[in-house]
Amino acid sequence: MSHHIVKFENVTFIYPDGTSALKGISFTINHGESVGVVGANGSGKTTLLMHLNGYLLPTSGTIKIGDLILNKKTRIEIRKKVGVVFQNPDDQLFMPTVYEDVAFGPINMGLDEHSVDFKVRNALEIVGCYDLKNKPPHHLSGGQKRAVAIASVISMDPDILAMDEPSSNLDPKSRRALINLLKSFKHTKIIASHDLDMILDVCERCIVIKDGVVVADGPSNIILSDQKLLEENNLELPLILQRR
Amino acid sequence: MNFDREFFNLGYLDRLSYKDTIIHNIDARVKVIGAIAYIIAVLSFPKYAVIPLIPFFSFQIFSIIIGEIPISFIIKRIFVVSPFILFIAIFNPFFDRNTAFYLFNIPISYGILSFFSILIKFVLTVSIIIILISTTSFSGLCYAMRCFKVPEIFVNQLLFMYRYIFVLAEEAMRMVRAKELRSFNKKGLELKFYVKLAGNLLIRSLNRAERIYYAMLSRGYNGNMPYNKRKKLGFPDLLFILIILIMIYFFRFLEPVNSMGRFILRLIR
Amino acid sequence: MHMADALISPAVGVGFWALSLGGIAYSAKKLKDNIEEKMIPIMGILGAFVFAAQMINFTIPATGSSGHLGGGMLLSIILGPYAGFVVMASILTVQALFFADGGLLALGCNIWNLGFYTSFIAYPLIYKPLIKHNKFVFLATLISAVIGLQLGAFSVVLQTYFSGISELPFKTFLLLMQPIHLLIGIVEGVVTYGIVKYVTMSKPEILEHSLGNYSGKVDGTFIKKIVIGFLILTIITGGILSWFASSNPDGLEWSIEKVYGKPELPEKEHTLTNILKSVQEKISIFPDYTFKKDESKDAEAGEEKYPNIDLGTTLSGVFGAFIVLSLTFLTGFILKTIKKKRPS
Ligand SMILES: Nc1ncnc2c1ncn2[C@@H]1O[C@H](COP(=O)(O)OP(=O)(O)OP(=O)(O)O)[C@@H](O)[C@H]1O
Ligand SMILES: [Mg+2]
Repeated sequence: MSHHIVKFENVTFIYPDGTSALKGISFTINHGESVGVVGANGSGKTTLLMHLNGYLLPTSGTIKIGDLILNKKTRIEIRKKVGVVFQNPDDQLFMPTVYEDVAFGPINMGLDEHSVDFKVRNALEIVGCYDLKNKPPHHLSGGQKRAVAIASVISMDPDILAMDEPSSNLDPKSRRALINLLKSFKHTKIIASHDLDMILDVCERCIVIKDGVVVADGPSNIILSDQKLLEENNLELPLILQRR
Repeated sequence: MNFDREFFNLGYLDRLSYKDTIIHNIDARVKVIGAIAYIIAVLSFPKYAVIPLIPFFSFQIFSIIIGEIPISFIIKRIFVVSPFILFIAIFNPFFDRNTAFYLFNIPISYGILSFFSILIKFVLTVSIIIILISTTSFSGLCYAMRCFKVPEIFVNQLLFMYRYIFVLAEEAMRMVRAKELRSFNKKGLELKFYVKLAGNLLIRSLNRAERIYYAMLSRGYNGNMPYNKRKKLGFPDLLFILIILIMIYFFRFLEPVNSMGRFILRLIR
Repeated sequence: MHMADALISPAVGVGFWALSLGGIAYSAKKLKDNIEEKMIPIMGILGAFVFAAQMINFTIPATGSSGHLGGGMLLSIILGPYAGFVVMASILTVQALFFADGGLLALGCNIWNLGFYTSFIAYPLIYKPLIKHNKFVFLATLISAVIGLQLGAFSVVLQTYFSGISELPFKTFLLLMQPIHLLIGIVEGVVTYGIVKYVTMSKPEILEHSLGNYSGKVDGTFIKKIVIGFLILTIITGGILSWFASSNPDGLEWSIEKVYGKPELPEKEHTLTNILKSVQEKISIFPDYTFKKDESKDAEAGEEKYPNIDLGTTLSGVFGAFIVLSLTFLTGFILKTIKKKRPS
């Protein structure tokens, strides 16, 4: 299945103000894999995720999502395949009620009323928030916001899920619920985070980025127990591994 | 304006509007029409009308009871807004001194009548708006506006605005609090600092707009905001508006209280 | 300087509602023609920003009192006049609903007073020409903020006066309002300039972006159109009125002479009450209500002493004309929209 492949080839990106955020990134993610992206603040994780559905286009290099090469024309098609959940759920939930927010994607995909309703219901039930459907986003707790943000993306049935810091600002219980939720997804997953315990738990593979280049790429349990590598990247051993 | 209080009020009203009562469940369009008819009826009374206005309080009483709105909240709100209106109305007794009638041998001037008329109209109109907003969700109001053919762009950005008032107000509050911990200026921020703070907030807001736009794009935004299908008005909605309009008509044109007052006045004389 | 419901007559309220809705519809049309899809969230967020910024007070130097941002000028500078006007209108809408600042009927007046003059007079006629070569930016901001607020304050006085609810004499009210708003305008100008400068200094690209995509270019003919539109409408209204007057001489008391008659109030104080009373009786939408019959012999005597004072009819004529004007204005906008839609 070349279907849900994500392939970065020597991707660089320079912001308009001259900041060089990605300096030649290459990797391939296969169908069904779940991959953690870790690195220090400002290493380029968010920038990388912004390329996945073409909000940013590479300055040089190519990105292939499934059979499509990312460019201005294909990005609309690619957005249907890749769902991105952002760092701050407040930026993601912009509609007046939870229901309308989760319905935003399906309606834009041109679905009829009935299927929209089905998708919204389904997505909200998966994240356990169907009861909140008539609430405005500003009445939700941080964890609920995060869950609804995820629902608003999975209601579009993406093949690939990308998330930026999904576990930040969550209390331990909500975090645990989120981890279980993520583990239950069969999608290809790409998760950028500083929460190495979560990465270890959810992702079998881990990519370490430093100053816009990949410095390590391999199985999570090996990479995340490499104390020296982690410390070079302002990271610490996951708590579970520290106790040993 | 005190920052924390304003923010609290906004959130408080917003929360009230999500209760589940008969009035809350009435269609927003019907409530908006009712409120506008009410306000126009009240304001159409001549400037010296005082007594005939009184029956209009029945709407407030009814909604406060059924809609579970704390009356103390409404009263507080009225006091907060009243200085300007008092300032304007207070001149009437001074400029309009002709005696209208004698009440127990005390001459009551037209100015005094119009002064009270303004105050009562003020209380009536302000409180009906508070009642409208605390029994109707904002998205319901926007939905009503759409049905009334208010331009789409206006309604769409109004929805965005309302959604992000809460986010930005909180952000601003955090910034102010951080400053207040360092200084003890009670009256307000120093102008220089205010400019910096507002400038910062503006930059953050524009950055946020960018991120929101990104989130919209990634969910297939193509320049049109999708919205819910039009709902039909139900029987309770129609009944509600019918009753409201009849009551307004009754109070405005038949003036039950005024006829009574006239009768009593004649008796006194 | 928010107008309150209790201070305006329904006629004035409805008239300005029509005007403001017309302004919004026109701006929306303009935006729709050349909007970037990004503008909707930007407008909304900036509205929320102004709202948040308004909530914070600052001390006004040398006076000891405190003030807060208005935001009209700032919005016009960042978003251009059309989007600026629409956002200002929505801020006022939320204020009217949530803070009971103003009111529902007065909302039209408030949008007009605080939005129109800044976006469509001060910005295009003062700010834009002055900053043409990137000079005089401070002066431009200051003057346009002041003028915008002065016009707004004047408008408040006019609306109050024409509503006839307040007894505050026109001149007194004017002398109270204009100087206060001169001060407020200066502060607004200084703060607006400060914020824009701060943002352009620390993040030059950010404003360029929102300005660059939507240059805020004013349709220079818009103002001309308004002026010409008003003139034409006045003539049309005059026509309608005289038609009314001739076809229905006894019924509607409107006539051209009355509409354009002298609107000043006589100076003598003791006549004021009666005049205003008769004004009010005639202005009110439902003029059948009479208070004097039963309660006041004085007033009745007064009425006989000063019978048939034309002022009442005059003013009610002005209102009538005003409503017709506004409605015609609105119809004009609608017709125009439909016309523009047809070829495309
Ligand atoms: N809009 C922008 N304009 C210019 N430079 C930017 C912009 N956004 C990010 N950068 C820069 O790009 C680099 C990578 O930033 P990015 O946000 O991708 O890091 P990150 O790994 O997500 O960091 P964090 O862990 O703090 O979220 C940083 O040096 C940052 O300053
Ligand atoms: Mg990041």
